[in-house]
Amino acid sequence: MDFSRLHKYASPMHFYSWSLAVAPWLGIACAVLFVVGLAGGLFYAPPDYQQGESFRIIYVHVPSAWMSLFIYMVMAGAGALGLIWHVKLGDMIARASAPVGAWFTFLALATGSLWGKPMWGTYWVWDARLTSELILLFLYLGYIALQGAIEDRRTAARAGAILALVGTVNIPIVHYSVEWWNTLHQGPTVTKFDAPSIDTSMLIPLLVMSLAYTLYFCTIVLVRTRCEILEFERNTTWVKQRAAGVNAV
Amino acid sequence: MTPTRKKRLITAALIVAGGGIATALILTAFEKNLMYFYSPSEVIAGEAPAARKFRVGGLVVNDSVKRVPDSLAVEFTITDTVHEVTVVYEGILPDLFREGQGIVAHGLRRPDGIFEASEVLAKHDENYMPPEVASALAAAKSGTTLKHPQ
Repeated sequence: MDFSRLHKYASPMHFYSWSLAVAPWLGIACAVLFVVGLAGGLFYAPPDYQQGESFRIIYVHVPSAWMSLFIYMVMAGAGALGLIWHVKLGDMIARASAPVGAWFTFLALATGSLWGKPMWGTYWVWDARLTSELILLFLYLGYIALQGAIEDRRTAARAGAILALVGTVNIPIVHYSVEWWNTLHQGPTVTKFDAPSIDTSMLIPLLVMSLAYTLYFCTIVLVRTRCEILEFERNTTWVKQRAAGVNAV
Repeated sequence: MTPTRKKRLITAALIVAGGGIATALILTAFEKNLMYFYSPSEVIAGEAPAARKFRVGGLVVNDSVKRVPDSLAVEFTITDTVHEVTVVYEGILPDLFREGQGIVAHGLRRPDGIFEASEVLAKHDENYMPPEVASALAAAKSGTTLKHPQ
């Protein structure tokens, strides 16, 4: 197989150029889907038969929770690329993803908590789902702290990648916790083998929102990775030339 | 793949596999402690702790909720469709508490077998539907024809 082409796109210099062109379009698509999804979730979707209007928090909560798992896998995968194959871009993407993932995890926990008080009768319980999601937040925070604590970027990336890889064991635990153990948190609605147990009129805005969140992550990670590239490669000729070019304009 | 890369790949795979196996063993060993609540059958079978507080979860039996007038005291029965446990509680019940709905009660089991709850939480199920669909389903279940909701 010919990897030379892939190598070209994965080189920081080329990534910098194509991400600069792609990111705005992703951002626009994200904004459109976000408005459509939010309008669909808040106005067009009917109220739930049990929870009434309160169920609408799923349009923030569920995509955030999905993203918290997805971004972690991206972070660990990119970290592994850097660790094993020494793809520098992998280290940069992992580093750029961590804070975004941490915020989505926090959002999932916070919105779940706000919903939990009126519905369950409590803000927090130590059941398997909530606890494993909290551990996920700590994994993200640990990764970010590690990046901040180690000054040499290569060492930091290697240590972070190992932490992220070890932490992947938590991902199936978060997902299957509601099936493996008795939990207060309900079981899966959409991501199960049967048909989703949610009315189509409620499901469509949820899927639109999830797509919007995914595009948001892609946009932000492209922008953040560019910052990482500039910082990491600040002494290379192409960055200097680029900076000089920008200044000349 | 160069030998060094292969070596790194194997090391990384071993780290992940080792972490996974260790975690799986720990979780299996602590299986019981990770259960958030006991079912009524487990309580009847004596598997729940007798001397300290624990949680019991099940569906609230239809027509079992009795409220004491002029107080927050309430008594109801929960079931896992095999065994039943009677729960007494004094306090504010969550929004989703209703007959037929799942709940989790935290408290002590008295010697007479009645569960004295200090906290009652509602367990939500994974079904989301508009009220019309819910009433249509209920109507279909009870065999009556649904009048079109206005």
